[in-house]
Amino acid sequence: MATPPTIAIVDYGAGNLRSVARALERSQLRPQVTSTPREVVAADGVVLPGVGAFRDAILRLEKAGLDDALREVLGRGRPYLGLCLGLQVLFDESDEHGQTAGLGVLAGRVERFPDTDSAGARLRVPQIGWNEVHFEGDHPMLAGLPERDHFYFVHSYRAVPSDPSCVVGTANHGGDFTAAVATEGLFAVQFHPEKSQAAGRRLLDAFRDWVEARR
Amino acid sequence: MLTKRIIPCLDVNAGRVVKGVRYVDHVDAGDPVEVAQHYDAQEADEIIFLDITASSDERRILLDVVTRTAETVFMPLTVGGGVRSLDDVRDLLNAGADKVSIMTAAVENPDLVAEAAIRIGSANLVVAIDARRVDGDAAEPRFEVYTHGGRRPTGIDAVEWAGKMAEAGAGEILLTSMDRDGTKSGYDLELLRATAARVSIPVIASGGGGSAADLAAALSEGPEGGHAQAALAASIFHFGEVSVGEVKRDLLSRGIAVRPPSPEAAGALIS
Repeated sequence: MATPPTIAIVDYGAGNLRSVARALERSQLRPQVTSTPREVVAADGVVLPGVGAFRDAILRLEKAGLDDALREVLGRGRPYLGLCLGLQVLFDESDEHGQTAGLGVLAGRVERFPDTDSAGARLRVPQIGWNEVHFEGDHPMLAGLPERDHFYFVHSYRAVPSDPSCVVGTANHGGDFTAAVATEGLFAVQFHPEKSQAAGRRLLDAFRDWVEARR
Repeated sequence: MLTKRIIPCLDVNAGRVVKGVRYVDHVDAGDPVEVAQHYDAQEADEIIFLDITASSDERRILLDVVTRTAETVFMPLTVGGGVRSLDDVRDLLNAGADKVSIMTAAVENPDLVAEAAIRIGSANLVVAIDARRVDGDAAEPRFEVYTHGGRRPTGIDAVEWAGKMAEAGAGEILLTSMDRDGTKSGYDLELLRATAARVSIPVIASGGGGSAADLAAALSEGPEGGHAQAALAASIFHFGEVSVGEVKRDLLSRGIAVRPPSPEAAGALIS
């Protein structure tokens, strides 16, 4: 059997990365937790995990020179999987704790959920729990996924892309919101596949197949 | 839409599950990691470890348990009990907890929650409240916050406290009725409803869940329901009376939106 693909898990001090690493191993990938830009660029694929605050994440990425490494990975079309904050930092700007510029790979903003739903009823924020994602689009990762699946979410902010063509997954919390985005070399989700039991495994298996296909 | 969560809770002392957990097969009922794997297979939506250890030496054992659990189960893990400082919160998150619950320390140092919310983010921060009914003639029932495992009254109004903690930056309230805890006579729906009305963050119902009907009542958004976003239960699952999947099927038939159990979900676990 061929060696499993190496996946750089970008470590920028955003909490525990072991569950992400273990979940990738379960999908027959070879995770390498790293904060070295060179290793990020050299891997077969990259996972940008993340919990915590947007501004902190951007500052830490910049300080370690990882923002440029990520732009290089994305520029080369090397498979990139963003998780939660790893989706949000791709956008132009976030409202969290004042305006903070993101990586600007995708056009749009990251905004807090509104206080009320579309019918005017109170919306509970953060969204914590399992929500059904509806996938739609022609990204190669979607070929391996059911059209609808439940994933675990924990967040108060969500991306609002200016160009809806990058949206490949939506879910509903007081109205439809962006749960997954994709471009040719990029797939990013607002939820946590590493915490989403069988559905999470399906998603990471699809990531493995995509990485294999592009190797 | 966001579904309602069913959360088994384990009391852990010095790294071992203390309340009776009775299982068949290969489950070591005293090992929190094995029990967590068991609930993962049943597709519980989340699991809570409540550490009742007093000594700081034994904290390291808890951290090890959290690490081993996070490495073997792919589900959300909340840890609470004895969390005194921002460092405690960080240690647990670094060990692999997804959310950390604070109780007594929040009452003793109300700034802790605000500080933790800024440093760590609200979404991972749970404030636990033990509440007891206050005797009185008032038309509206009143509830008081207790600390130190429900032994020490504080004079603080529980519903107001929940509001204060939400404003300070808590991401979720874990609300236990001390009157109902261990009775299996149903959750305190008035307490839940009043709290859910006071805060805009999720509320986890705890204390008194003895059947699927009790969980349904706590999670119901109807005028008589508890309006909670999640229900914590221990005894009904630990004693193998019913599996998480069975409870979920029952809840779905009662019109409660839970994540449907998959065909692969481990079904029975009867002792």
